[in-house]
Amino acid sequence: MDIKRVKDYIYWLYFQYLLITCSYVLEPWEQSMFHTITVTVFAMVVYTAYVFVPIHVRLAFEFFSQMFGGQPDSAV
Amino acid sequence: QKNGVSNGSLYKKTFIEHFEQAPMYVAVLTFLGFGVGTIFGYLRDFMRAWGLEKRNIATEREQQKDFVPLYQDFENFYTRNLYMRIRDNWNRPICSVPGPQFDLMERVTDDYNWTFRFTGRIIKNVINMGSYNYLGFAETDINALKTVTIELQKYGTGVCSTRQEMGTLDKHIELEKLVAKFLGVEDAMVFGMGFATNSMNIPALVGKGCLILSDELNHTSLVLGARLSGATIRIFKHNNMQSLEKLLRDAIIYGQPRSRRAWRKIIILVEGIYSMEGSIVRLPEIVSLKKKYKAYLYLDEAHSIGAVGATGRGVVEYFGMSPDDVDVLMGTFTKSFGAAGGYIAGKKDLVDFLRTHSHSAVYATSMCPPVAEQIIRAMKCLMGLDGTTQGLQRVRQLGKNTRYFRRRLHEMGFIIYGNDDSPVVPLLLYMPGKIGAFARRMLEKNIGVVVVGFPATPITESRARFCVSAAHTREMLDTVLNALDELGDFLHLKYSRYSKSSHPELYEETRFELED
Repeated sequence: MDIKRVKDYIYWLYFQYLLITCSYVLEPWEQSMFHTITVTVFAMVVYTAYVFVPIHVRLAFEFFSQMFGGQPDSAV
Repeated sequence: QKNGVSNGSLYKKTFIEHFEQAPMYVAVLTFLGFGVGTIFGYLRDFMRAWGLEKRNIATEREQQKDFVPLYQDFENFYTRNLYMRIRDNWNRPICSVPGPQFDLMERVTDDYNWTFRFTGRIIKNVINMGSYNYLGFAETDINALKTVTIELQKYGTGVCSTRQEMGTLDKHIELEKLVAKFLGVEDAMVFGMGFATNSMNIPALVGKGCLILSDELNHTSLVLGARLSGATIRIFKHNNMQSLEKLLRDAIIYGQPRSRRAWRKIIILVEGIYSMEGSIVRLPEIVSLKKKYKAYLYLDEAHSIGAVGATGRGVVEYFGMSPDDVDVLMGTFTKSFGAAGGYIAGKKDLVDFLRTHSHSAVYATSMCPPVAEQIIRAMKCLMGLDGTTQGLQRVRQLGKNTRYFRRRLHEMGFIIYGNDDSPVVPLLLYMPGKIGAFARRMLEKNIGVVVVGFPATPITESRARFCVSAAHTREMLDTVLNALDELGDFLHLKYSRYSKSSHPELYEETRFELED
């Protein structure tokens, strides 16, 4: 029963995606094209976030902490 | 937001209208949906232009290639690429009387709505939430149609003439007297077609040098009549009395545009119930404005005659006003009376003028006698002249159905536009993808609805419009409401941020808790 509920919920999410982006009205080959493009763009966004965001966050954190509390550290 | 009573002494009962705005993300996603549709539209147009795909409509001939292109404007683009994809939800042929339930001819498409074919099967007993059958007079009961059958056998169906030649029958005289008595005015004139009543009679009443103040959301027949007349047209915001007063003041202070002379006539065009919004006109305020600034009022009661008011006499009775306050009362028989045609009623001088000067009287065929008899019997039923209280029962049933339907929809959390007392209920869908999905799934559940999209409504506010009827039973309304509940969850349509109470019938009456 639980598997069925999970599958229904995933189908419902997929259907909401179809309705919101208006790809519900497209013909099947247009839908495949649209899904391919969307998935590609989404995958690129996720990859970029995974590769670059932690490095930038760490650099920003170091920059700000150096600016505010840097002097006592280097006086050792 | 709710509109309360602004001018307390004019309104005898509270005037509550809802025009709730959806959350911002809904508008953003609607535009996103239209954007995707437009991009794919351009792609398909490109493929058609380069011969990769067959062109089905809007093809110019070889000889016309060097002329100004015919099909490049936005309207044609929209029709080709967005409307065609969901076209199967409109123009559905029915094959029975459009009563509370009807039979639908099933049709399928093999090439994505470019062509349809009928399978031959008939879908029976689809609940009808789209016909303007407010009082349920669209019926085939033999007893009810007895007089109509007699008149059909006496007169036949064709009149074959215009009113001014040989087309005025005694049926028309009888009907006009009855309409005048029903509305409480001096005289009335009936025409064969409701749209033509507006578009052919406004040019007879106003001309060049007159000013027409028309509501933003007026029906096409009023707009067409106003444009045909040649008068100057100014538009005020929908049901907004401050905007109307400002226009009236400017008109009287500044006069005609270049010569600064006074306007020959100032006429205000409004409708009783607006069919896309479900809102009712603010008649007491308009009448007081009209008296103050000496303008004329033309009230189009197409949807409100028979549907509102304690005895079904329209918005004039709904607000408790006298019909002498409105100069021209116009209405149609198509909606509440189950027939066809329109009328114009008012003072005897006005109607006599129209009998000689209206285009419709001179050139259009008059109403055919069986249809006139149907209106006569419906009106007699409403007025109680046939000896029963059936007419009053129908009006009361319509009021009860309307209030029940609207209350339940509000409780479920849908966004509904319009006045609490109007039988036209627009339910907002917003996104273009949901228009097609909603209509198709409701048909699968055996309920027929009308959905409306871009050109008829603003681009972000597509809606499904329900027309409640006195012939709907409580069970039918409950079936529709349950289907809407389920579909609202599945399509995520419950955008309202107000009152989402739990189902009242599940509330246990035996729980007595003290609430702080």
